[in-house]
Amino acid sequence: MRGSIRYLSRGRVIERSDVAPTEMLIDHLRLVRGLTGTREGCGEGDCGACTVALGRLDGDRLVYEPVTACIRPTASIDGCELVTIEDLDADGTLHPIQEAMVRHHGAQCGFCTPGIVMSLFTLWAREGEVDREAVIDRLAGNLCRCTGYRPIVDAALEACDARRDARPPITFLVRAAEAAARLAEMADGVDVFLGDETRFFAAPRRLDTLLELTRAFPDATLLGGATDVGLWITKGGRDLPRVIHLGHVEGLDTIVEDEEAITLGAGVSLERAGRALGRLDPDVAAIFRRIGGAQVRASGTLGGNIANGSPIGDTPPLLIALGATLELCSADRVRTLDLEDFFLDYGRQDRSPGEIVTAIRVPRPTAAQAFRAWKIAKRHDQDISTLLGAVRLTLAGPTVVEARIAFGGMAGTPRRASGAEAALIGASLVEAASWRAALEALRLDFTPLTDLRGTSDYRLEVAVSLLGKALAEIAGTPTSKTRVFARREGGGHD
Amino acid sequence: MTEPLVGRALPHESAVRHVTGAAPYIDDLPEPAGTLHIAPGWCRDAARGRLIGVDLDAVRAHPGVVAVLTAEDVPAVNDCSPSIGGDPVFAEGVIRFHGQVVFAVVATTRASARAAARLARFEVEAERPAVTVADAVDRDSDVLPPYAFRKGDAEAALVAAPHRLAETVFVGGQEHFYLETQVAFAEPLEGGEIRLLSSTQHPTEVSHVAARVLGLPEAMITCECRRMGGGFGGKESQATQWAVIAALAARATGRPAKIRLDRDDDMIMTGKRHDMRVDWHAGFDDAGRIRAVDVTFLARCGHSADLSQGVVDRTLFHADNAYDYPAATIRSRRLLTDTVSNTAFRGFGGPQGVAFAERMMDAVAIRLGRDPLDVRLANLYPDARSPHHGVTPYGQVVDGGILQALIGELERTSDYRARVAEIEAFNGASPFLRRGIALTPVKFGISFTLTHLNQAGALVHVYADGSVAVNHGGTEMGQGLHTKILQIVADVFGLPLARVRIAATSTAKVPNTAPTAASSGSDLNGMAALRAAMIIRDRLAVKAADLLGCPVEAVRFEGGRVHGPDRSHSFADVARQAHLGRLSLSSTGFYATPDLVWDRENGHGRPFFYFAQGAACAEVVVDTLTGEMRVTRVDVLHDVGRSLNPALDLGQIEGAFVQGMGWLTTEELVFDDKGRLRTHAPSTYKIPTAFDVPADFRVRLWEGESAVDTVHRSKAVGEPPLMLAVSVHSAILRALASLAPGRVPPLDLPATPEAIVVAARAMRHPASGGRS
Repeated sequence: MRGSIRYLSRGRVIERSDVAPTEMLIDHLRLVRGLTGTREGCGEGDCGACTVALGRLDGDRLVYEPVTACIRPTASIDGCELVTIEDLDADGTLHPIQEAMVRHHGAQCGFCTPGIVMSLFTLWAREGEVDREAVIDRLAGNLCRCTGYRPIVDAALEACDARRDARPPITFLVRAAEAAARLAEMADGVDVFLGDETRFFAAPRRLDTLLELTRAFPDATLLGGATDVGLWITKGGRDLPRVIHLGHVEGLDTIVEDEEAITLGAGVSLERAGRALGRLDPDVAAIFRRIGGAQVRASGTLGGNIANGSPIGDTPPLLIALGATLELCSADRVRTLDLEDFFLDYGRQDRSPGEIVTAIRVPRPTAAQAFRAWKIAKRHDQDISTLLGAVRLTLAGPTVVEARIAFGGMAGTPRRASGAEAALIGASLVEAASWRAALEALRLDFTPLTDLRGTSDYRLEVAVSLLGKALAEIAGTPTSKTRVFARREGGGHD
Repeated sequence: MTEPLVGRALPHESAVRHVTGAAPYIDDLPEPAGTLHIAPGWCRDAARGRLIGVDLDAVRAHPGVVAVLTAEDVPAVNDCSPSIGGDPVFAEGVIRFHGQVVFAVVATTRASARAAARLARFEVEAERPAVTVADAVDRDSDVLPPYAFRKGDAEAALVAAPHRLAETVFVGGQEHFYLETQVAFAEPLEGGEIRLLSSTQHPTEVSHVAARVLGLPEAMITCECRRMGGGFGGKESQATQWAVIAALAARATGRPAKIRLDRDDDMIMTGKRHDMRVDWHAGFDDAGRIRAVDVTFLARCGHSADLSQGVVDRTLFHADNAYDYPAATIRSRRLLTDTVSNTAFRGFGGPQGVAFAERMMDAVAIRLGRDPLDVRLANLYPDARSPHHGVTPYGQVVDGGILQALIGELERTSDYRARVAEIEAFNGASPFLRRGIALTPVKFGISFTLTHLNQAGALVHVYADGSVAVNHGGTEMGQGLHTKILQIVADVFGLPLARVRIAATSTAKVPNTAPTAASSGSDLNGMAALRAAMIIRDRLAVKAADLLGCPVEAVRFEGGRVHGPDRSHSFADVARQAHLGRLSLSSTGFYATPDLVWDRENGHGRPFFYFAQGAACAEVVVDTLTGEMRVTRVDVLHDVGRSLNPALDLGQIEGAFVQGMGWLTTEELVFDDKGRLRTHAPSTYKIPTAFDVPADFRVRLWEGESAVDTVHRSKAVGEPPLMLAVSVHSAILRALASLAPGRVPPLDLPATPEAIVVAARAMRHPASGGRS
């Protein structure tokens, strides 16, 4: 067991044992280390001004992910390389992303710029082609209020294109290789435990150790990617004396694919989950791409997105419609339940103290099944859904033999539309009149709330429209007639 | 000959520091030993009511707390208003809006101050707040008297018009969402002097108000600002309170003190763009030519006047946008609501006026079944080349018009007519998805309408080694003002940029300045800096003529050297010689905009030096069932005169357009019936992201000579392009209008997905009434 956390910074290992469980990385950088290029714009992981890059080993490859330092507990970066804006030009020359940002006038007030540069750095450091869509995707979690983004996108494309013709600057390659070697050395595989039984940050390595801890401290806060828990601290002003970090638990981040299903560990990041599950259907890929920004998807976990019991999701309604099941573990037992049964009521889930969501199994749609899903929000990217609807129909010829219809944002929990599902059985795709009963039944399935994202009327109206669209599309109406944002048949995103 | 720097697309003077994180904002500066941190304290449960008691014991007892300040700790005047008063630094006896600061905690760390601030207990005799325009109208409460412009007899002309149309439209407010929240730092100096660092567009007002609150002579307070992380008007008057609180804390503790607002606090505690209800009635002929307009703007000002006089005046000034109304009555009320005081925001009330004018053009066109562009063209003010000029409802002759020509060019380059036909064909075959296109102009008056603000000062020093330092009254918020000033001054001396340094804006260097606002930054300060530099250059030229043995008129400053007809000296050499010759190498420069006359009482005069003009053509596709919308293409043609720096100007145009697009589409401020803002973070208030920007975004600068005598014949650019985004809203309206030709969709602003669905439903089922 280790009583400290360690991370790599500019080739140097930084070790700290005095980290409070609630200390955020941004405070560590600005207040402890005096590195003020990383700036706080919102304190809730939504504006991206504080974006830094975390490097970790994927096999022997060094992978950089963008992370919002404002809601990321310092202790949770144990074992990573931390790259901040101050590091990119440490050798006295601008990084290609920085150089292109200057050339394209990509900064005006400059406050958000370090975060934008760091996000783009993680894109640049990734292998492979980078197109406009990839740049916009990477920037979804970075707000700029001055430029209108066009020069930033141009700068990113130019810098990333230049990688094709020239190898990255040698200093970068050397540094990356050295960092990879150091990270491998640092990976000691031991449990981390800072503090004592009254106040601690624990990062166990093994599932059984984790379950021992949750049994001993059932009131401890479970920390996945901190994209929600972080806000309890920064915005809720809450003290979390006992924190158990799930990020080091071996086996919790695996993805197992077989012919029937994809099974994901609860600790799989939303980014990786989206890549795996996005292959099931283009709408799944598109919706995963719209969960938070790249920063949230890199840190946030699939298990966390389910276990925190948000009434909206975004993943639960998708996964419920796909027929997903959940695995929960405690020191005493392992059990499995249908995902929809996990959500008992607003803010209440079927999880006992000490119990942990460990895996999600998502069946592949069969050849007889058709799937559609929509996320409706005020803004296309990085917004919380007003509502999210997902539909899976099982067909025998043109006849619906089974329907799974799930919505988020329509009730206190993500829920199935049982009335509409029942009314669809026996309906025919070629007979639009046979859909009417289901569309009417859907109006009775939900009594949505009115809140800042939309009125009850609007939610219900759109829910009915979405079911109608799903039926029309599955019946053959081309999506060019039904969608403002295209459905990409055959193409997920990378 | 070396090419001048003015006119070149040079990067922002801080560009390299921006991208490396080495451009410090106030919170990034090293803190002097003993620096304390401040958090504002407020009552989370009340929007309006008598403040009976505040229990601060737990706050004071919190670890790290050094002092707690309330109204009682204000030495002189407890008011930080920029205008007629009514903005207490700390609430006193009454809570006027949800988020009003009641006290400030001063502690050894920011975390400690913020934690302590939550521990106060309040006893409030709560009253039901007036939150909406309707609430304020019911209560009949105003922050300032009504005001109107009148041209001709609108009433009679309305009656006589062949067609009439009336509508009520709501125009939403807007949160600035500068990325750097409000921040200030105060350092106590000897003898009670205070040095303030403030992220403000108006350092003069900060020191002026701090002096008033503290009861000190203004000369004892210095306010500096090197740069802001965005301003957009949100730091014109409303940066002051935070700087004043920092000054109070420094005075009370004798230690340096800093305040940086948490994002949610910032959004809750500072004002926004005014939302308005617009009631309009227009008369027009068969061609869509306006005969008469009667319009009333009901502006929600919040609990105090702040800048609402000027803001709502500007709504009236721009209610004509680019259109010649033969008769018009343009009225306004400035309504008092129990909400945060609304304030300046890029466009300063103008956008609401322009949005109305364009809505009226669209509505008239839809009603007549004409193309909206034809209706716009039929109503435009005549161009400068025309034999007659139009006159605005406030009596200013529109003598520099270029919009007929500019719109003509944009109509061609955007292929407007062919796209209209193609879109109509698409809509005819598409039941749910509808497309729309709109081409809208903007004409924006340049000058502060508070005439005395149209002045600027600068201070230029040439050092004996030939390097130059410039101070001026303008502030840098990302717009590139400092870069333009550097270009102007460097050219005067024929020096490369590297030899000229811009220094932080400081009231100790240039006093009594205007805010950097009203798009006037480079017009005013550029001219003042140019004049200061010219004064020094004239002195140097005399010395150089001496050294070069030539007449003064033959001396040229270029390429870092001072040239005579046959030989030259380095600039540094001439500077040194001038110094040895006991010449002053320092000068102030001053500029006041000429020819401004404004009689507010009678609503008549020439308040604007000139008009900035431009136009945009936007195309959208709308899902009428879900309200999802995408802007597919935008073409912009905008006049910036002879650009001082085309890259910066392009950046202003694109950035303003996208900001305006946000205002009109996704940015929705939601107050609940208890007067609480529910959208007080980026998770709930949605400004545009990269995805929202049209992939096909073609922006060009108008190529034409400016007749206006501005600095290097350039024109203001900060605000006008924001209103080009009205084209996006017009395009959405047109897409919806296709659902039921002849009917005007009841679409408010912003056109959120829900607003679009509501309007679409009303078009399909007129009985449902649309707007709820």
